This record gives sequence, structure tokens and C-alpha cells, in this order.
Amino acid sequence: MRLRLVVNGEVREVDDVWEGESLLYVLRERLELPGSKNACEQGECGSCSVYVDGSLVCSCLVLAGQAEGREVVTVEGISDGDDLHPVQRAFVDAGAVQCGFCTPGFVVATHDLLRRNPDPDEADIREALAGNLCRCTGYEKILDAVRLAARGATG
Amino acid sequence: MEFIQPLNLAEALEAKDAHPEAVPIRGGTDVMVGLNFARSRPAAVLDLSRVEELEEWGLEDGLLRVGAGVSYTRIIEEIGGRLPGLARASRTVGSPQIRNRGTVGGNLGTASPAGDGLPPLYASDAEVEVVSTRGSRRIPVADFISGPKRNALAPQELISAFYVAEAGGPQQYSKIGTRNAMVIAVCAFALALHPESGRVGTCVGSAGPTPLRAEEAERFMRGVLEEGGLWESRGAIPEAALRRFGELVAGAARPIDDVRGTAEYRRHSVGVLARRALGWAWDEYRGVRGAA
Ligand SMILES: Cc1cc2nc3c(=O)[nH]c(=O)nc-3n(C[C@H](O)[C@H](O)[C@H](O)COP(=O)(O)OP(=O)(O)OC[C@H]3O[C@@H](n4cnc5c(N)ncnc54)[C@H](O)[C@@H]3O)c2cc1C
Ligand code: FES
Ligand code: FES
Repeated sequence: MRLRLVVNGEVREVDDVWEGESLLYVLRERLELPGSKNACEQGECGSCSVYVDGSLVCSCLVLAGQAEGREVVTVEGISDGDDLHPVQRAFVDAGAVQCGFCTPGFVVATHDLLRRNPDPDEADIREALAGNLCRCTGYEKILDAVRLAARGATG
Repeated sequence: MEFIQPLNLAEALEAKDAHPEAVPIRGGTDVMVGLNFARSRPAAVLDLSRVEELEEWGLEDGLLRVGAGVSYTRIIEEIGGRLPGLARASRTVGSPQIRNRGTVGGNLGTASPAGDGLPPLYASDAEVEVVSTRGSRRIPVADFISGPKRNALAPQELISAFYVAEAGGPQQYSKIGTRNAMVIAVCAFALALHPESGRVGTCVGSAGPTPLRAEEAERFMRGVLEEGGLWESRGAIPEAALRRFGELVAGAARPIDDVRGTAEYRRHSVGVLARRALGWAWDEYRGVRGAA
């Protein structure tokens, strides 16, 4: 089937989409946007997190056709070209990136948190990132990065 | 595989009538896991995510009517004050990503004994509304959930909404799992105090083939509160009665051993959850001056 959707502000059209594939597959394999990662395909790890119509979701759990006409923003759309978004900058500065596989998901989830709540407390941060797994960092540096980004965001 | 995308409820019902085998999908948080792992290869999928009628909620004849497509996030944010028990349960579901997508309609569709959206509905006598091109019917939730992962939907029917009274008193939901997020309940317990009728609503989750009302515990506590005049005096519930309540709830569980816990652990812990939940809810009731 044919799919038309807006990805990172651009109208994209994809042909020969299989009816049973996920939005994650469409993004990675058909639209050459490999930022969103595929680690579990069952909603457990959050590495495929994107916005669909402004709502943070696991793109592996969105059926391709459900994204028809929707606005999707991926981690690629969060940065401004090659300029890192302050959330991404904070992850680099805090040393929150080891293998990096989980990072895009954490960046999008953190972006969503700070958009809703620019001054989150510890519990808010842990709650907002509960759906994202990291196998390398032990999370402490990731929490540092979120706090750093929040300080930037609140000035 | 056929992908069917109706734009309103009438179209959805016609599509379900023409393709009774089509698998509905709304949040996809259960359906997609099956598709991604090739556990299910349905001939057709019926996408309900554009059907706006399913996203609505409001008051109807004194009851709340909540569309099957209202996400957990919206239940927490928009209806949490009116349905505190369901909101508490919704907060325990998965992660923000899952709650933004997942729905109580999908929880009813999956009909898992561990579904967190279900026990609060049992504890408040909710009814499930199902529709087809031939009309609609309302089914008490305990009849709608007919067995483990089974429900009373006919092939041509869709779940349109559930009906439940706005909370008339404190409500609780407690869940046991290995972490505070992203867990399937080892066991769970929902409680709703109904000061207007003198009833205590309960439901045990994830400790039986379906969610289970603890009817004996309900009758027992109703008697304790009535005989002691506690609804009026707002006096404390005797410790022994709280303990007995917990035991009766534990007795209502019909748990099994599985990877998440043993039957014995489930039975024990659901009794503890029940005793504590009642204690918290009753404290709240006692503190609320002038509650109906
Ligand atoms: C990572 C992860 C964590 C989770 N954590 C929890 C948890 O903590 N607690 C919990 O209870 N669940 C949990 N779930 C399961 C799932 O999120 C819930 O069951 C959710 O309520 C399903 O809603 P949905 O809209 O996504 O359903 P879908 O996947 O769209 O559908 C689920 C079922 O319901 C049917 N269906 C959906 N809508 C209708 C309708 N209107 N009419 C008829 N049939 C319909 C579908 O055909 C399907 O059989 C989790 C899932 C994941 C992936
Ligand atoms: S790949 Fe989607 S949550 Fe893990
Ligand atoms: S940095 Fe490797 S998984 Fe998080």
C-alpha cells in the first residue's frame, strides 16, 4: 500500500509498504532515517521513541497505516541540521552516551519531558524515562544529562 | 493482509460486519507485539485510531461514559479526579509511551487477567458497551470478561465505551511487580468505597483466570461498617476487621504458579494489598469532612 505522512516537517510518500509493518520499519528501512533504533520491537526499551502528532510513542508499536497523514518527528528532526539540540548537547556534555544505542530514544523522551515540564524533580525524571532502557551507563549519567538539559531549559 | 481504516464509527461497524475476522487495533500496544513477532498474521486489521467517537467521554444519565479509545494518559489527566481508582491503575501501566497509546478498550479486548484497567471497573460495577450494525448492548464487566483472554464480543461487534459511576468515595489501586514501571502485575487489588450505598467494592487482579470480585470480603466489611455505624461516625475500622478483610480477599484469589510468582506468594500478597488499600481509603474517608 501507499503511505503519505509528514516526517520532520516534510511530506513523504512511500510505496509498497506492507500492511503489517511498523512505523519504525518505515522510518528506518524505507525513509532512510536510522536514528530511531530497533532493539526489542515490543515496547519495552523505548529506543524507537518518536512523536506522532505531538505524542511520545514507541514507533515499533504503531502500525504503518496508522501513521497515514500524521506528523511524525524523529530524533533527526529534533536537531537543527547539524546543530545539536540542547538536550542532545547535554547528553554529550554529561557523558551519558556509551554505545549510544539507547541515546536517540532517551533524547526524544527527555525532549518530551522538558517540553511538558521544564523544571522536573527527581521523581518526574525517573517516571518520564521509565520506558527507556540502557545497558551501558547505569543511568546515573543519563539522569545528569536530563538535569543539565533542564537547567539549560529553565535558564 | 488487508488494512481497513474507517473514519467514523458507522464505517467501522460496517467494516466489522463485512469482515468479522478483522482484528481491531487502536493503541496497538498488544496487537503490534503479536504482529512484530509473527505470532499473529490476521487476514485483515481494522484500524480504529481515526474513529473520533471512541475518543469521547462525558456524563450520560448520571454515569460517566468513557470511549474505548481514550488513552491511559487522557484518563489520568482528564478524568483522574472523577475516577481516581482507574487513574491510579492507569499510572501503573507500562511507560509514558505505552500510556499515550494504550487504551482501556484495548485492555478489555485483550482481557488479560493481569490487565490493570480491569479491576477498578469491577470494583465500581462498570458496564461495557458493545456495538454492531444491529445496535448496542451493555454488559457488566464481570460478564464481559468471560475467561482468561476471552471476552463476550461477537465477531461483528466492537467495544464502544464503558459506563461507570463517578467516584462517590475514596478509591485505591495497588500492584505488585519487580519495579515501579513497565511490569505485568504479579498481583493487584482495586478498592472503591461507596458511601452512598454503604458498599465496599473490590477486585483482585492477576491472581486468577480473570479479575475476581472478593464478594465475601465485600459483604463482611459492609457489615462491619454498618453495624459499627462507621460511615456516619467516621470512626476507625478495628484492626482485627481489617485483617479479616485481607484474609477474605486472599481467599477469593485463585492464583497459579508462573514465572512472575508462586500461587502462595500471590495469595498472601493480595491479602496484604487489600488490608492496606482499605486502611488508606478509610483514612481518606475519615479525613474528608462532609463527603456524601
Ligand atoms: C511495554 C508494554 C508494557 C505494558 N504494560 C502494561 C501494564 O502495565 N498493564 C496492562 O494492563 N497492560 C500493559 N500492557 C498491555 C497493553 O498496553 C494494554 O493491554 C492496553 O490496554 C492495550 O490497549 P491498546 O489500545 O494498545 O490495544 P490494541 O493493541 O490496539 O488492542 C488490544 C486488543 O483489543 C482489541 N481491541 C482494541 N480496541 C477495540 C475495540 N474498540 N473494540 C473491540 N476490540 C478492540 C484488539 O483487537 C486486540 O485484541 C503493556 C504493553 C506493552 C507493549
Ligand atoms: S524497539 Fe520499540 S520499544 Fe524497543
Ligand atoms: S549507552 Fe549503550 S545502551 Fe545506553
